[in-house]
Amino acid sequence: MLAGSLFRSEPFRLFRIRGGVHPDDRKALSADQSIVDLPMPALLHIPLQQHIGAPAASLVTRGQMVRKGQLLARSQGLISAPVHAPTSGRIVGVGSYPAHHASGLSVRTITLQPDGLDEWIDDIEPVVEPFTLAPEEIARRVAEAGIVGMGGATFPSAVKLNLGKRYALKGLVINGAECEPYLTCDDRLMQEHSSEVLTGTLLMARALGVSEILFAIENNKPAAIEAMRQAAAAFPELRVIGLPTRYPMGSEKHLVQALTGQETPARGLTADIGYVVHNAATAKAVHDALIHGQPLISRVMTVSGNAIRQPRNLRVLIGTPLDNLVEFCGGFNAEPARLVSGGPMMGQPLPGTRVPAVKGSNGLLALSAQETLAAPEMPCIRCASCVQACPCGLVPLDMAANIRAGSLDASVSIGLLDCIGCGSCSYVCPAHIPLVQYFNYAKGELAARQRNQHKQGETKRLAEARNTRLEAIKKAKREQMLKRKREMEAKKQSEQAQQKVAETIEDGA
Amino acid sequence: MSDHSIVGGPFTHGGNSIPRTMQLVMLALLPATLFGFYLFGWPAIYLFMVTVLSAMGAEALALAIAGKPQRPFLMDGSALLTGWLLAMTLPPWAPWWIGVIGALLAIIIGKHVFGGIGQNLFNPAMVARVALLISFPLEMTLFTAPSPITSAAAPGLFDSLAITFGLGADLDAVSSATPLGHVKTELGRGLMLPQALGDAHSEWNLGVGSISGSLGETSAVLILLGGLFLLYKRIISWHIPLAMLGTLFVLATLFHLIDPERYLGPMSHLLSGAALLGAFFIATDLVTSPVSIRGQLIFGAGCGLLVYVIRTWAGYPEGVAFAVLLMNACTPLIDHYFKPRIYGRDRKGQPLNQTSRQSAPEKP
Repeated sequence: MLAGSLFRSEPFRLFRIRGGVHPDDRKALSADQSIVDLPMPALLHIPLQQHIGAPAASLVTRGQMVRKGQLLARSQGLISAPVHAPTSGRIVGVGSYPAHHASGLSVRTITLQPDGLDEWIDDIEPVVEPFTLAPEEIARRVAEAGIVGMGGATFPSAVKLNLGKRYALKGLVINGAECEPYLTCDDRLMQEHSSEVLTGTLLMARALGVSEILFAIENNKPAAIEAMRQAAAAFPELRVIGLPTRYPMGSEKHLVQALTGQETPARGLTADIGYVVHNAATAKAVHDALIHGQPLISRVMTVSGNAIRQPRNLRVLIGTPLDNLVEFCGGFNAEPARLVSGGPMMGQPLPGTRVPAVKGSNGLLALSAQETLAAPEMPCIRCASCVQACPCGLVPLDMAANIRAGSLDASVSIGLLDCIGCGSCSYVCPAHIPLVQYFNYAKGELAARQRNQHKQGETKRLAEARNTRLEAIKKAKREQMLKRKREMEAKKQSEQAQQKVAETIEDGA
Repeated sequence: MSDHSIVGGPFTHGGNSIPRTMQLVMLALLPATLFGFYLFGWPAIYLFMVTVLSAMGAEALALAIAGKPQRPFLMDGSALLTGWLLAMTLPPWAPWWIGVIGALLAIIIGKHVFGGIGQNLFNPAMVARVALLISFPLEMTLFTAPSPITSAAAPGLFDSLAITFGLGADLDAVSSATPLGHVKTELGRGLMLPQALGDAHSEWNLGVGSISGSLGETSAVLILLGGLFLLYKRIISWHIPLAMLGTLFVLATLFHLIDPERYLGPMSHLLSGAALLGAFFIATDLVTSPVSIRGQLIFGAGCGLLVYVIRTWAGYPEGVAFAVLLMNACTPLIDHYFKPRIYGRDRKGQPLNQTSRQSAPEKP
């Protein structure tokens, strides 16, 4: 114990990351608010696609009664995640509902009417001795619990827990940086549930087969750092590290660089340099899944912004309409200039509060005009603020100019696809150029083009295959004809020969 | 008032703006400008006003022709700053039409012909200064000896009108060569530096600025102060000024050590003429300088080299404007070849070596 704390007291060497910005973190709005359970909503809208990858396939029908934790939709394919019932009740619809997305388009959604009993299914299987489980078994249970990256990326966590099979891993990094302004949900989670987060972390390290664990938290959360240090005091393999507060410290590639000094190769994964990064809230979900056998059916969200009357940190059932969150926080005190899902830097704008909370929702922000500071776009004055701010070493002003001129390929050649979309460039731009908007447009356009090209290629391939097939049939027919002709001729000839023989015999007779 | 068609974040902003940037640069110029007013009196104030107002007028005209909205572009402060910087580099008692023609050249030829703010390849104020110098060599090289506004010798409010706006005011009586001009002339006559340099051109005087010269270039100390303010406010970075002044310093030291009779010392080079104004306010012009750190170092060093070459061996006593314009022309090339290294790639743009992957090249 003593040796452990001595070990931890020696300073951890951190490395500099390039660029970045220091936005006003505005976390004080909600940092002191303990996590509160949101009362049960009247309806839950549970989308089948709450993760990166293939949407889950529904297993329930309208009118069916389900219990809390019951599997509603199973995962499809290698990268996917199942969806479970957040409470007991009746399925009142399996159809379309507005997505938790800027477009407001509808997606396949299961609508559940809670019965108020909140009854668990019978066959939840808590594990008494989780640390005796095989690594694959941990990953399997994490997959079955529908756990996805809860920092907002929503990549199915089990896939990342299986990386140990294919990479020589050195360590697990837990991302508790929470570098986005306003958000305090991970901060509160680490403070209020530090032992659960710790257990989840240790289980993930076991799944990955690594012994080194770096638990990274930005220095603007001293209480969370202290709580995690106390919880982890008996585990010398786990180091809780205070990071300098600098956006985008929570970008996993930059986080690993800050901790190890190593850069992830372009187009690669952090696993390429031996580290796997998981979010602190994901660790809590892993704990719940393994220790209690509970699938991912709720999460903690920060509701904040100047347009919200009472900012709070809420434990929210997946599928809860955001209206309920706003209402529970006292409603709006002014018409918000922006509704944002997630943080203000990389979050998504929301068309309204009718949409449901999903697994990746870490925040709901109602921002006033004084907070968004939106202003009309002016021409670029080449001030290079964006070049200095870019954590990826890009020249955003040139990329945007190329995209504006329609030369998407030129923007790719100067690094568009290396852009992580962190928004540091737009944040510092004195001309208020929506640089990220340009980049997102170009990335989307390029993806669409690629799909189109793929489609064209496939069509061409199919057409060619059809031609060769038809050609082959024709050829076979022709050959058969020839063959038959030859056979006929041969028959004729033999008949003639026979006739000749007969004639000769006759002649000779 | 947010635009809801913008769906890409961030939904907050650092608060910087083009007007703020321009205002801070003007604030940094203020001390040196006020000192110029004090030193050269009412004619300098009139010339400054004429130049700045002409620049604003030219901007409004060009915007009207281009069909662009007046308000946001007139209010962004860029035309005002261009006029201001141009006025700083003019002989303080130059006639009014020098200011007007200069402002028109700067704003219309230097800026709007290229497409307006942010589009110009060359520093507009320097385009105008060089064009004026070549076209009106007499007016542009007639410098007056300082006559502080409070002194008895200073022209009054109305006499000054005659100097700036009147015809045929006899300036020869009060004219005086700039230190660099004086050195050039004397060296040309075959004199050696120790004889050519009098007490009036001591480094102390260069530093304080009580010498003849352009309106805003004389006080090295006040310009340095303004430059440090811009560095502190992060409007400019240290790379261009340091590379430019450092190169100038090294070259001047080197040649001065080789032959102190023929070559001015490093401090004289740094403190005289437009070296400091150029290094902090002109070469650092955001629009016309490179965007990467390495690019800025090369750009600054190039400016310093050219300033020294022009001052020492070319026909003009001062070369900051020429040097900056020549390096402006190189900016696109520098930007093309000297980009920052992209995260996860080497300098050539290839992905860094992957170390820990065991097999299976596909990604999960």
